[in-house]
Amino acid sequence: MTAPETVRPTRDGPRARPAWRVARLAADRRENARTRTLVLEVPGWPGHLPGQHVDVRLTAEDGYTATRSYSMSAPADGERVEITVQRVPDGEVSPYLTEDLPVGAEIEILGPVGGWFVWRPAPAPTLLIAGGAGIVPIMAMGRAWLGTGDRAQDGAGRDGAARGGAGAMRVIYSLRSPDLLCYRDDLDALAAAGAPVLYAYTRRPAPGGHRPAGRLTREEIVEHGFAADQGPACFVCGPTGFVEAVAAALIDLGHDPARVRTERFGPSGG
Amino acid sequence: MALLSPGFHRRRPEGEADAGDRLPPGQYLTDGFPVLSAGPTPRIIPASWSFTVENENGQKTSWSWQEFMDLPQETPTVDIHCVTRWSKFGTSWQGVSLDTLLENVETDAGYAVFHSHGGYTTNVPLEEITDGKAWIVHTFDGEPLDPEHGGPARGLIPHLYFWKSAKWVQGVRLLDHDDPGFWETAGYHNHGDPWREERYAWA
Repeated sequence: MTAPETVRPTRDGPRARPAWRVARLAADRRENARTRTLVLEVPGWPGHLPGQHVDVRLTAEDGYTATRSYSMSAPADGERVEITVQRVPDGEVSPYLTEDLPVGAEIEILGPVGGWFVWRPAPAPTLLIAGGAGIVPIMAMGRAWLGTGDRAQDGAGRDGAARGGAGAMRVIYSLRSPDLLCYRDDLDALAAAGAPVLYAYTRRPAPGGHRPAGRLTREEIVEHGFAADQGPACFVCGPTGFVEAVAAALIDLGHDPARVRTERFGPSGG
Repeated sequence: MALLSPGFHRRRPEGEADAGDRLPPGQYLTDGFPVLSAGPTPRIIPASWSFTVENENGQKTSWSWQEFMDLPQETPTVDIHCVTRWSKFGTSWQGVSLDTLLENVETDAGYAVFHSHGGYTTNVPLEEITDGKAWIVHTFDGEPLDPEHGGPARGLIPHLYFWKSAKWVQGVRLLDHDDPGFWETAGYHNHGDPWREERYAWA
């Protein structure tokens, strides 16, 4: 990489130099059969905001390099960076990261990247809606909200309505089937702390669940979300079709388009 | 210098190896057409659409949808490169060259800012959108442009990263000073040349 040519103020995000950094895989968690969370130690990491992503670069022995973007799944924590990778069938980078990269090995990362799809504590409520692997940046936001509660314990209420200046939070998580669930423990922790989580399984319902399998409906968004006149910040992340449908529903329900932030991932990837 | 990842190998399709110098650094080839947008897809019907050029003195020239469609049409076939690292070769479009739209506009401006329904903006030096380098397009692959890809009309500036090609575009302002746009003030590079990997702004 060359040195930065442009030095300008950015609207959002910690300030950082553009440098590929060495990241050591310190630990990992298997989220499900095709998804792995990588806990990376990155000396010199400048910190990041929940919702931001990093570029990951792999170099083969013949010098071939491949770079992909992955969302971070946890808020800033010193030099620790967590990303979650879902294996893409016939992918190039994701199978290596989910199956082959051993704990203790090093890769290169660049970031943090992205200054729009980020969550900050604010008095207005927050509605988080994830489709499939779109849960990754959404989880970083949820964990950050939990963290505001930790800081607010002496004084502010802990009912989810006044957590260190953060308003109430609600989460909707749409996914095909229970075996693809990620972050169960943290989602339970969110619910226990007053941020209810709706699981909308589209193909196969949870055992003993009351909701039949099927697409997330507008009625469910109404019932589980916030009314438009409460002015919630809405974050929607998932496959393109899912995001298009959910964002359109939110607009139809009267939400201000400027308060609906989206992140889509398309049919390609790797 | 590079950090090697033992056991990691190229697994991309053969077509990418053949891409040779058509693929900018750090990009991979896709056959799909991924979508990158920061917010909901606006709903715009052509009957209420117009395109406006405003010069640095505030003088405006506008075209209704029908007037725009009656302008000389071009059919560029170009490679496009997204900062999220996908590239797509040989995309076919139809639309109006910025040269045509700027033809009768008096200006000494050095910069341009495209603005879109929904509030999106993106800035470019004026010289980056003249001399056959940029279009306002309404057709992709012979079909009206899908709303999620920017329909009814979007910018097309294929030699810069694709966020510079504003979806749902409704006009361009010519300015005597640079005025960084939406992504340009949210962590992305002010210029965005894929061949120089001008991806991110770091302040």
